[in-house]
Amino acid sequence: MEFIDLIRKPWPWYVAGPLIGLTVPTLLLIGNKSFGISSSLRHICAACLPAGIPFFQYNWKREIWNLFFVTGVLLGGFLAANFLENPTAIQLAPATISDLRVLGIQDFSGLMPADLFNTANLFTLKGLIFFVVGGFLVGFGTRWAGGCTAGHSITGLSNLQWPSLIATCCFMIGGFTMTHLILPYLMKWF
Amino acid sequence: MQHIENFDALACDAPNDMKKAESGLANLKFLMVGVMFGIVFVKAEIISWFRIQEMFRMQSFHMYGVIGSAVLVAMLSVWLIKRFRIKTLAGETVEFHTKAFNKGQIFGGLLFGLGWVITGACPGPLFAQIGSGYVVVVATLLSAVAGTWVYGYLREKLPH
Repeated sequence: MEFIDLIRKPWPWYVAGPLIGLTVPTLLLIGNKSFGISSSLRHICAACLPAGIPFFQYNWKREIWNLFFVTGVLLGGFLAANFLENPTAIQLAPATISDLRVLGIQDFSGLMPADLFNTANLFTLKGLIFFVVGGFLVGFGTRWAGGCTAGHSITGLSNLQWPSLIATCCFMIGGFTMTHLILPYLMKWF
Repeated sequence: MQHIENFDALACDAPNDMKKAESGLANLKFLMVGVMFGIVFVKAEIISWFRIQEMFRMQSFHMYGVIGSAVLVAMLSVWLIKRFRIKTLAGETVEFHTKAFNKGQIFGGLLFGLGWVITGACPGPLFAQIGSGYVVVVATLLSAVAGTWVYGYLREKLPH
């Protein structure tokens, strides 16, 4: 099989997971940087709208590597989606597909459900919930928690930090709560 | 809260501990690592809203495998760096940070979990989703920046 065909197929967890894990030592060894991503959102606030808030008054330029890193993630997403795209549709668990059909999801062709994530939804109540409220919860929540799945669940856990274990458990509890207790209503009502 | 802001409380969660001065060009290294990371995100489909649904419905092992093996590999790397006192490329001692517990990890963690499911993304995948062509996620990202800002604004009033 051609190498490029192999790359274009979806990567199994035992390839992707270790590669993600290796980001931690890579960043540490090439520049003494701790891996984290949600801090980039804070640097954007500090750079664009510090507004005299103490939390945003620090030398963000010293942390600018983090903004280069997330710009790289964006570029990587572009490259993978345009040059290494998977020739077939995403292979979801049949149980997930039937569960989501019940909730009203019809399009399973992309990585994101086109029923929700399209620009036509942007100015609807549904868009307000999924993009604006959802994004707000992600930004507000990670900052209050002091990190996201990268800073806590990968960097924190790998360095045996028990507060990161608590944060990770809370990420999961929040996720299960939304999936099973709230999402069905969001999909039905909006 | 007795003592409010010491420097640690304000320090970044992904700090730059490099002591030697770095040229602006050095940042291209981090751009490259980010590119690799973004490619892995898309190819492993972990930027997918569907995969997050599968995970929280416990209908697939994929996401648990990705996160679990990432943590194990990172843990082993950290142990090796500490055990053999491996230095950075610039010859510096690698810095690790102790995280102090505060109640924000509980409240904030729960809120983040709620947002994780409806957006189908944590902060890293947000950038990769935009890059891979889901333009509408720009709205989610801007909202996440707004959420971060509002947290900074309300910080003194929130329990920690």
